[in-house]
Order: sequence, then C-alpha cells, then structure tokens
Amino acid sequence: MNKDSARRPHPLVELTKARFLEFLRDHSAIFWVFVFPILLTVVLGIAFKNQGPEKIEVGFLGPAAEELVGRIDAQKPAGKQGQLKLTLMNPRQASAALKSGKIDLIVRTEPQAGGTPMITYQYDPARPGAQMARLAVDNLVQRAYGRIDAVHVSEEQAEEKGGRYIDFLIPGLIGLNVMGSCMWGLGYAIVDSRRRKLLKRFAVTPMNRSHFLLSFALSRIIFLVMEVGFLVLFAFLVFSVRIQGDIFTLALVALVGTAAFSGLALLIASRTASTEAASGWMNLVQLPMWLLSGSFFAYSRFPEFLHPWIRFLPLTALNDAARAVMNDGSGISAITWELAVLAFWSLISFSIALKIFKWH
Amino acid sequence: MSMDEYQLNCNSQPSADVTPVIRCRDLVVAYGSLVAVNGLSLKIRRGECFGLLGPNGAGKTTAVEVFEGLLRPRSGSVEILGETWGRSEAGDRRLRQRLGVALQETHFPENLTVFEIIRLFRSFYRGGREINDLISLLGLEEKRNARVGKLSGGQRQRLALSCALVGNPEIIFLDEPTTGLDPQARLVIWQAVEALVRDGRTVVLTTHYMEEAARLCRRVGIIDSGRLIALDSPAGLVRTLGAGEIVELKMEGEFPLESVRRVPGVHRAEKRDRQWILMVNDSAQTLPGILNTLSVQGMRVDSVSTHQATLEDVFVQLTGKGLGDE
Repeated sequence: MNKDSARRPHPLVELTKARFLEFLRDHSAIFWVFVFPILLTVVLGIAFKNQGPEKIEVGFLGPAAEELVGRIDAQKPAGKQGQLKLTLMNPRQASAALKSGKIDLIVRTEPQAGGTPMITYQYDPARPGAQMARLAVDNLVQRAYGRIDAVHVSEEQAEEKGGRYIDFLIPGLIGLNVMGSCMWGLGYAIVDSRRRKLLKRFAVTPMNRSHFLLSFALSRIIFLVMEVGFLVLFAFLVFSVRIQGDIFTLALVALVGTAAFSGLALLIASRTASTEAASGWMNLVQLPMWLLSGSFFAYSRFPEFLHPWIRFLPLTALNDAARAVMNDGSGISAITWELAVLAFWSLISFSIALKIFKWH
Repeated sequence: MSMDEYQLNCNSQPSADVTPVIRCRDLVVAYGSLVAVNGLSLKIRRGECFGLLGPNGAGKTTAVEVFEGLLRPRSGSVEILGETWGRSEAGDRRLRQRLGVALQETHFPENLTVFEIIRLFRSFYRGGREINDLISLLGLEEKRNARVGKLSGGQRQRLALSCALVGNPEIIFLDEPTTGLDPQARLVIWQAVEALVRDGRTVVLTTHYMEEAARLCRRVGIIDSGRLIALDSPAGLVRTLGAGEIVELKMEGEFPLESVRRVPGVHRAEKRDRQWILMVNDSAQTLPGILNTLSVQGMRVDSVSTHQATLEDVFVQLTGKGLGDE
C-alpha cells in the first residue's frame, strides 16, 4: 500500500501549478488582467491621439477687420500661420464662440486716423490656447503693418521619440496592472482560501508553510511576464510604442514592483477573515495611488508640497521607473530612488506579514 | 437493527491494541469567556473506531481540533501517538505526516479537478497511496477529471475523504462526515469508513447522528456542553436504559402511571413533552398488557409507536433533550 515516494509530486510545483490553473480557469480574472488594460489602451490611445500641432482659431470683428485679415493673408510668413484659422464675425457670433471655446481670441478693430487701426485683443488668459493665440496674432498684425524683424532666424523641428500621450500612458498602465493583479490575484485569493477553510485544511497537513507562500510568489512572476509582455507587445504593434531603454531593466523594474505590491497584498491578507473586508482594504490602499501616482496624467500638476509624499508611493515609483526606461531610455543608475522605494515597501510589508499571518 | 446486531457489528472489528494513540486529560478549551470543552479525559486505542456523539455546539469539533493540532487548550494535556503538539515546527510536521483529517466544511477550489486536488494533497506527504487507487476506492473514477464545482455533496465528501487518506495515515479524524448527505451517499461513506477500520487504522469520528455512531463505532463518547457524560460501546450505552425497546403513547387525560408501571415487562414510565415514554423489554409481549390496563381505566389512546432503543434515547435520558437540539 505504501508506494512510490520516488514518483511523489513535489509540493512547491503542485502548489504553483494549482495557483496557475485556478487563475487560468477563472474567466473574470482573465478579463480584468488581460482584456481590461488592452481596452483602456485602445480607448485612451485613440482619444488622445496626436493630431499634429494644435490649431488656433481667432475671430475678427469691427469695421477694419476685413482689411486686417487681408493684409495678414497677403503676408503668408513662414511658421505658425498654417495653424491659424482667421474668421470674420459679428459681435454676437464672436462672444458666443469665445464663451463656448470655439475660438481662443477675439480681435476687435476700430479704424482711426493715421492709417493703422485700433486693435483690442479679447481673451481669457487662463485658457491654454489663448495666450499663444494672442502672441501669434499680434506678431502677424505688427508685420502686416510694416514691422521689420531685426534678427533673421531659422527653425529646426524634430519629433521627440517617446513623447506622445500613448508613450506616457503605457508605463502607467503597466504600473496599474501590476498593482491590481497583485492585490486581487494574491491578496484576495489568500483571504478567499481562508474563508473557505482551505488554509485550515492545509494547516493540518505536513505542507511546508513557506512552500504555500512561495507558490504565490512564483505564480505571480509567471503571470507578470504574461501580463506585462502582452500589454507591451500590443502597444508596440498597434501604437508603435517602443522601449527606448533596455528590456532587462524594464523586467527588473516590473519584478521589483511586483515584489512591493505582493508584499502589500500579503500584508492585507495576513489576518483578514472576510472577502468584504479584504475588498475594502484593497480599494482603500489602491485608490490614492489611482488618483495621485501619475498613471494617466503627470502628478507634477498637483501642488508642490504633495510631491515628496506622492513620490514615496509604490505605484508612483513603479510608474516613474517604467517611464524612465521606456520613454527616456534610462539605465538602472537613473532610477535608484524608485527602485529603493519599491524595495523598501517590499521588505517592510513582507516582514510584518509573515510575522502576523493567520492560518485559521 | 436489533441490539444484538449492534453488538455483533462492534465485535467484528479486529481486537484493538491497548496502546492509546490519543490520550487527553482534563482538557479545557475556551474562547474568551466561552468554555467549549470543559474537562475532557479519554483514551482512544489503536485500531478502534471511536465516536464523539453530541448535538451541535457540544464541543466535539473543538475537542477534535485540539487533537489535530489546530487549537491549543487552555489547560490539560493531549498526546497523539505519544507526541505533544507545539514542541517544534519540525516535530509538528512529523506528526502531521501520520494523521489524516476531513474537516467539517472544506470548500476546495471550484476550478480544479478531482485528480488535481488529490495530487496536490498527495504532494504534502512523504509516503502515501497511489492517486488512482484512492479514486477507485472511493468510487470517483467517473469524476476523475470533473471540476469540484460540478460535484454533488456526496462526491465532495468522498473527495474530502480521499484527501484525508492520501498520506496513508495512522489516525483519521472525520468531523461530521455525512452531514447534509442523502442516504445513498451516507452509505458509501460508511462503507469506506468500515474498510478503513478493517485495515487496522484508528478512526475518530464526530457526529450528531446516532445511527452513524451506532453502526461505525466500537466505542462512543457522548458529549454535551463540553463534558463527556457517558462512554461505552453502543450496546453498553443502550443497556443503561435498562430496557431494549421504547413505547411512545400519545393520549389525553389522567394517565394511570402506577398501574402501567406494574404491567410486567415495563421498566420505566415517564412523561416527556406531551407524550408518555415507556421503556420495556419486548414491546410485542408487553404492549397488550399496557393497552389493556389503559382501556380498563376507560382511557383512550390517540397513538402508539414503538422502536428499538437507540443512542438517541440514551442521550435524551441523560440530558432531557434530543441530539438534534442545539
């Protein structure tokens, strides 16, 4: 009856296999981890597609408007004029258009004695396009009435690689994906095992406790390669997003990021008994990072005093490091702060979690 | 089944080695101020099937979890196979190699198959059974590659039992193994347990079903409110009633207690709820006498029923409540 200890399956292999099969057979998990990031990428990539330099729309009104526009057109100077759309309007049209944002600037003209018209620029200085419109139009107006430039200038325009919104977005999505799949794939799964009394059932076997936790780590790494690889490949094929830096450095960043979030997930799961409580904690932990860590837009937009705190969040570190590698081509030496932050979170959370972990 | 048949079943087990494989003394287990086990002492012998019988909340599961090493008692001592829990992590793991457990409720991962789950548990044990042998033993061949989510209650219990057996354990703990199962499923589990005992393994069973305890166990410990209130073979426990059969009478009016007690063959008569319970040796012989006595006194009987005395009757006699009560 006692047979084949030689053919006995290895517990760590079996535990990792079990994690793997459970995940692959869970349709909703596959959706959230693989399909959802792709959907986000496609939707946001299309919505924020680069459409060339921004168009500036200007409305002209008043008795001298037609002559002014004619003189500007006749100039056809090099540079920004191609982006300018100059439209003659009546006062009511013009204020409606300015209010609704269709035009960035109103140019009011009044003829006056002496040849040059009296010009008033009407615009909202807080609007991003308005300042630029005012500068560009004024330049053209001055030239149209005879200003001669003192210095001859030439231009070199070059498109920066990795400068599109989609290039900014993909590392942010990688960060979110790593955070989310660690929390739900590891943290929630452990709490669910505890709730189903599976942890208790394992606790009465001679299973090595560390094998159990290690199997989560190993399966996480395998999933990480699949998830990040899939997203990066998709972005490359569809949006020509390239990794400017070294792929191994990116892999290291993803790995350290996984370690940090796995640790946090394990910490949350170490004593939580119900899946409702687990969901609550995980959402609480993730929400500030969803909002602040710069996955969708640069966190530099937040007030200065917040920046040190934001930079200390693990997701910020992961996003910044991934961006540095993918968009700036940075090596490890440029991302030491980010890697240190991630390593810190990883060490702290694992060491506490392992001490307080409850098996039943 | 008659009392003699109960006795026959118990004696058909191979004679047990007297070395206790489980020994506990004055075990007290408490959760805060709630005392779940209040001074339990018993010895379970190698090769016997031992039952802990009692209603829900009696403390049976708590006691067994102490034996399994899941709980630490507040006071008292426990020895399993001569070892004590908690001396060292390595020692605990060595002991767990020799035990098999089926918990009261385990929900295995729904997406894994029967084979995958048994293989997972097999990997934890140094020595154990062939997975396919175990699947045949418990009649799960057809469900070998079925996912847990598709199994019936009875099949899940058989899977739990397979996982308890996969390491070839010396002692097997079964906590409420047939609760919630239909009669056919219960029978399959019972037959599996009987095979284990024939094999010479020690089985410790908790249950609130008296027929399960009576059928499977060589000795039964009756537990109520954390205390052991009786311990003997099923037949021995029933004998304490003093009679082999129970007659239940439902009727209105003034019951002639003294006259009925004097009918030959009647050992005891008492009122319980709205029924009169009489303990008799042989209902076929004694019943005419009882009914005659009642009709002579002008009493009309609403209903009569008789049954063989069971462990439930023993429990009721000892505690005044049924095994199905909390």
